[in-house]
Amino acid sequence: MSETIIELNNVWKTYFMGNNEVNALQGISLKVKKGEFVAIMGPSGSGKSTAMNMIGCLDAPSKGEVYLSGKDIMNMTESNLAQVRGRKIGFIFQKFNLINTLTAKENVILPMIFQNMTKEERELRAYELLKLVDLTDRMNHRPNELSGGQQQRVAIARSLAMNPEVILADEPTGNLDSKSGSTVISFLKKLHKEKGTTIVMVTHDEHIAHNAERIEYIKDGKIEKIKFNNKIT
Amino acid sequence: MKSEYFSIAISNIGKRKLRSWLTMIGIFIGIAAVVGLISLGQGLETAIESEFQKLGSDKIIVTPAGNVYNIMPDENTPGKLKENDEKVINRVRGVKTVALSNYKVAEIKWGKDDIGFYFVGGYQTKNDESALTQEVFAITIIEGRYLKPDDKYKTVIGYDYATSAAFKKNLHPGSTITINNQEFEIVGVKDKLGNEGDDRTVIIPRDTYFGLFNIKEYPDTIIVQVNKEFIPDDVSESIKKELRKERNQKEGQEDFAVKTLQEYLTSFLTILNIVQAVLVGIAAISLLVGAIGIMNTMYTAVLERRKEIGIMKAIGAKNSDILFLFMIESGFLGLVGGIIGVLLGLGFSNLVASIGRQVLGTKLLIATSPWYLIVGALAFAFIIGMLSGVLPAKQAASLKPVETLRYE
Repeated sequence: MSETIIELNNVWKTYFMGNNEVNALQGISLKVKKGEFVAIMGPSGSGKSTAMNMIGCLDAPSKGEVYLSGKDIMNMTESNLAQVRGRKIGFIFQKFNLINTLTAKENVILPMIFQNMTKEERELRAYELLKLVDLTDRMNHRPNELSGGQQQRVAIARSLAMNPEVILADEPTGNLDSKSGSTVISFLKKLHKEKGTTIVMVTHDEHIAHNAERIEYIKDGKIEKIKFNNKIT
Repeated sequence: MKSEYFSIAISNIGKRKLRSWLTMIGIFIGIAAVVGLISLGQGLETAIESEFQKLGSDKIIVTPAGNVYNIMPDENTPGKLKENDEKVINRVRGVKTVALSNYKVAEIKWGKDDIGFYFVGGYQTKNDESALTQEVFAITIIEGRYLKPDDKYKTVIGYDYATSAAFKKNLHPGSTITINNQEFEIVGVKDKLGNEGDDRTVIIPRDTYFGLFNIKEYPDTIIVQVNKEFIPDDVSESIKKELRKERNQKEGQEDFAVKTLQEYLTSFLTILNIVQAVLVGIAAISLLVGAIGIMNTMYTAVLERRKEIGIMKAIGAKNSDILFLFMIESGFLGLVGGIIGVLLGLGFSNLVASIGRQVLGTKLLIATSPWYLIVGALAFAFIIGMLSGVLPAKQAASLKPVETLRYE
């Protein structure tokens, strides 16, 4: 039995919109184990983005527990959580979320600065990561000089900066054409297969979701069904 | 603190050039005003000190009371010195020379049309007294000669008479002017001192003075030179004591004032420092306005970069990282504003000093900007910038990543 990296235990999230209570999550439970490739699928409004925020420790639950490497995140200070998040989780967002004033390489380096890595280490690692995503020729370009697919590959390189235990990808192909999208997916699959990286991917696209080993279907803030996919290539 | 924060901050400032410039104008006007005023003030202080140094610190001036800052009282000044004050002072131990002088405004005329009402100075012409008078009143002859002991209806004219500043005609030695309807032959021209009062004064022998105006022989100012072996302050005290005794006056109720040149200098500098403090205080208000400008810009930057802050937090930035990033950025706005301000301030003070040198005809007024003024101003500007950034930076640091990531 391999170790559990992220665990959501009966998590509720309630938003208040004026006088209305909106329960985005209604007692969701989920475990992500080391080396898994999990997809979280659901239509828009199903609560999958909220679930993703919980898994990424970007938000705190209204009720229930979230464990990151066995530690309850509610017991961590915000700065402590930021540090742990920076080391253990690599984020890939639908809208890439690169810092526009920094070059591709600087974007990849940024998480390492927050973790106090030395300058030599950072430079070397950034180069290796950009090589991994085939972008060494574009590393001194700023995000607005890169195509969407290239930007998302920079984001993948950035997510790997601290060699995280899990990569959290929120609709990673949502803003890409199908060709760029499949390149991004193939990078994720390669990482999973060759390096054993744990990947959690949120998507509304059944076709994309089928690249994962396990698909958790969310509906109305709850896990509706789980499907195991044995035929992944 | 991580050195990368500086380059990130600089690139953020560079990205919003126009806004950054506008923000920095607030700071650099303030810093320029403060630096300019301080360096001018310091220059002025140095100039005054060296002027006094030239006069020598062994001089004591005795004047009527209520006349603290005027070395040249005239007959209208309340309180009078007495005829025998000279004798009393001469008896005091340590007194080397005593020189008397008098002033009066009179009609001075050349030809038919050139008429003016200016000061006539009656100075002693005996050798020792004359030398002391010339030294204390900084009299330098640039044309002709100074008054001799047996001169009677001879005069030395101020610089303005020789340059058609006072009269239409330039006057030179050999010409004749009329003072109070009495003809005087010009024997010399005094060098420029830089103020109209001095440069339009005509000097005549003190013995002639009393006959000319038909008044009693009391002095308006007594200049005392102290023997080298004595301390001026001690001699000054003794003179005060003797004059009190002579007049039967209590301490604090004297109708005369005795001051060493050092005391005059101290009084001048005290006033100068007060004026300077007030001016710098006013200039500091513009710094405050500049600081508010920085704060405003930083609040806008926090709003604009909400998403960026969210991204940084998601990839591991602690609250303190975000806080530092924003504070360094606002500190830099202050620092760059400060650098420009210091340059402008130095330029301004040197310009004013050089105009001052030409207008006043002195070579002593030089804007002084010691290194600690420059370093201090820069550090101050940086700190002001940082402090203005504290509140916006705190706001940025406290943003929740999940909320900011949603922000488009």
